[in-house]
Amino acid sequence: MSAAPAPGAAAPADDVARSVGTKAWTPYALLSPGMLWLAIFFLIPTVMLARMSLSSGSAFAGDGTFTFSVKSLQWGNYGDAISKYVIDSPIFQKSLIYALIATVLCLAIAYPLAYTIAFKAGRWRNLLLVLVIAPFFTSFLLRTTAWSTILSDSSVVVQFMESTGMLNVLHAINTPDSWPTWTQIFPDGLTGENRVLQTPLAVILGITYNFLPFMTLPLFASLERIDIRLIEAATDLYSSAFTAFRKVTFPLSLPGVVAGTLLTFIPAAGDPVNAALLGAANDSLMGNAIDAQFKATGNYPLAASLSVMLMVVIVTMVALYVRRAGTEELV
Amino acid sequence: MSEQTTSTAAPVSTSGGGADLHIVDVTKRFGSFKAVDDLTLTIPAGSFFALLGPSGCGKTTTLRMVAGLEEPSAGRIVIGNEDVTHKKPYKRPVNTVFQSYALFPHLDIFENVAFGLRRSGSKDVRNEVEAMLELVELSTYARRKPTQLSGGQQQRVAVARALINKPEVLLLDEPLGALDLKLRRQMQIELKRIQTDVGITFVHVTHDQEEAMTMADTIAVMNAGQVEQMGAPMELYENPVTTFVANFLGQSNLIKGELTGKTGGDASLLVQGQRMAMPTARVHSERDEVWVGVRPEKMQISRAGTAVEGENSMAGVVTDASYIGVSTQYLVKLPWGQEVSIFSQNLSTEGPLGAGEDVVLHWNPAHTFALDASQDADAGAEKVEGDE
Repeated sequence: MSAAPAPGAAAPADDVARSVGTKAWTPYALLSPGMLWLAIFFLIPTVMLARMSLSSGSAFAGDGTFTFSVKSLQWGNYGDAISKYVIDSPIFQKSLIYALIATVLCLAIAYPLAYTIAFKAGRWRNLLLVLVIAPFFTSFLLRTTAWSTILSDSSVVVQFMESTGMLNVLHAINTPDSWPTWTQIFPDGLTGENRVLQTPLAVILGITYNFLPFMTLPLFASLERIDIRLIEAATDLYSSAFTAFRKVTFPLSLPGVVAGTLLTFIPAAGDPVNAALLGAANDSLMGNAIDAQFKATGNYPLAASLSVMLMVVIVTMVALYVRRAGTEELV
Repeated sequence: MSEQTTSTAAPVSTSGGGADLHIVDVTKRFGSFKAVDDLTLTIPAGSFFALLGPSGCGKTTTLRMVAGLEEPSAGRIVIGNEDVTHKKPYKRPVNTVFQSYALFPHLDIFENVAFGLRRSGSKDVRNEVEAMLELVELSTYARRKPTQLSGGQQQRVAVARALINKPEVLLLDEPLGALDLKLRRQMQIELKRIQTDVGITFVHVTHDQEEAMTMADTIAVMNAGQVEQMGAPMELYENPVTTFVANFLGQSNLIKGELTGKTGGDASLLVQGQRMAMPTARVHSERDEVWVGVRPEKMQISRAGTAVEGENSMAGVVTDASYIGVSTQYLVKLPWGQEVSIFSQNLSTEGPLGAGEDVVLHWNPAHTFALDASQDADAGAEKVEGDE
């Protein structure tokens, strides 16, 4: 607990400030490599991306050059992007919803896991933490491909889901054909009638699996910091174990929840790998659409406008979310 | 408990609440270590009770068992007429002021204090919290966060947060340990005032003997999971029954001696060939081999040759004299090599005696106590001031 600084402490602090003042450039010197890195690899590319999204031309057509003119900004690229990827086929919404479901699943799995490691694991704590990180030692692609075996039609998992009737229920979750195209996120159900691979569920499970450590580690970090005496104080003040969790433990773990959901949701929304490896051929997400426009079609302006759209929407959602969670008020 | 549902503007009643707390044959083991060893204590309603002892003596474990944060390995804990031994902490009529306060960092002061009331479903949270903040003089801080308060203020919030629930017993775990000396003195008086006002049973755990003596009506000195001695502060200090109490509560000079006889109220002693007297009531030994004890401030020091009638006396040589204003602290070497300490009021105009001077130490026989010589004469002596 921080006590108010003693009045006498002010004078030496001034001395320190003065002696440091002679090397006022030190913080800038220390910052410059990072700033330079950000400028070269983030700021300039972002400006170039925004510029490209308002240009005309194609990599594979005409002379393969792009023209950008302030006088004729190609806002039509965004119009194309919206009509193609939001209205005609709801790939944009689908990416956000898949990412959202995966994030919620991650939170549901990671919270109890992180809680157990932080409070109940005792001497197993370090081993469990290593196990959380262990999958990183094998390639992302390899692990994702492994899921296509786990979820293959003849696998135990799918057989079990089929025999218990789970597949029927999941298959029934769909958007009715009568609804407009922009709502058709699960037109054929969350799973197939008797298969999981190459259905939305496979993609969502893949994302959930791949991003689980990004949820678990920040949650663990914030749960571990909680003073156990606070929980004891809550039970001493007439809270049952559940109320103590709801009123003390969970609010104090919110910074971890926010960090974890952001670290999961943001990359998940743009991830092309899980959809490419686990999804149906026609079931692409934003990551795949952008990839295709860049590489297959050569329509760089459209690809750029898709990227900018995704970025703006995610930044807006994140800003609203962080403000709502009010984490800056936490210690 | 029924009082908790009635809402009154004032959170505290002067009618004197609280209930007797009985700790009956309680043992707590952690693995093979016995933190509390067959402890039996009765703490009467409305008293300010201190559990005093060094780190690891089992005092905090005892408190946590009363709070319900630890479960006894054996024995019973009864509050009033209710056996709470196996009750969850939130079902007990006790509240705790935690060491280093454990205030909820995500809630403001108002909500911290209101926490217990909201859980127990009080109808008039607002008025009760405001009245309580008034009592601890923190009304203007209601909307601050705990980290924005000073240590002393946080301490008062911690007391308010516990007290507002009108527990039968309020438990205080080293509540002043994190405060500096001056603030601690101030809070000692403050806590004593609050306890007198509300009349709730306070059980206070501390390793600071001065703190315990200032505040408590009754002190239990704990050592190695057991109570060494229990009583009013003055009784413990003036008439300790074990060497641990004699050394832990203040200082004592303990000199090997032999009990030679008891006639009526008086007992006679032989100390290194010298006859001495003392009251039989202050002999706490079954055996004749005893530690003869005298508190340093009870001994008087005079130049050799001074006649002392009717007092116990022995000769010695001053080895060290420290003048500390209100008193002078002497170390005096006795003929058989043992050193004793004497606190002497600076009453003479001549200044203190110097090192090397031959002196005679003398004291009123009524200030002598005798302890079983099978005990370690240094037990309880090495305590660290202000640890934790």
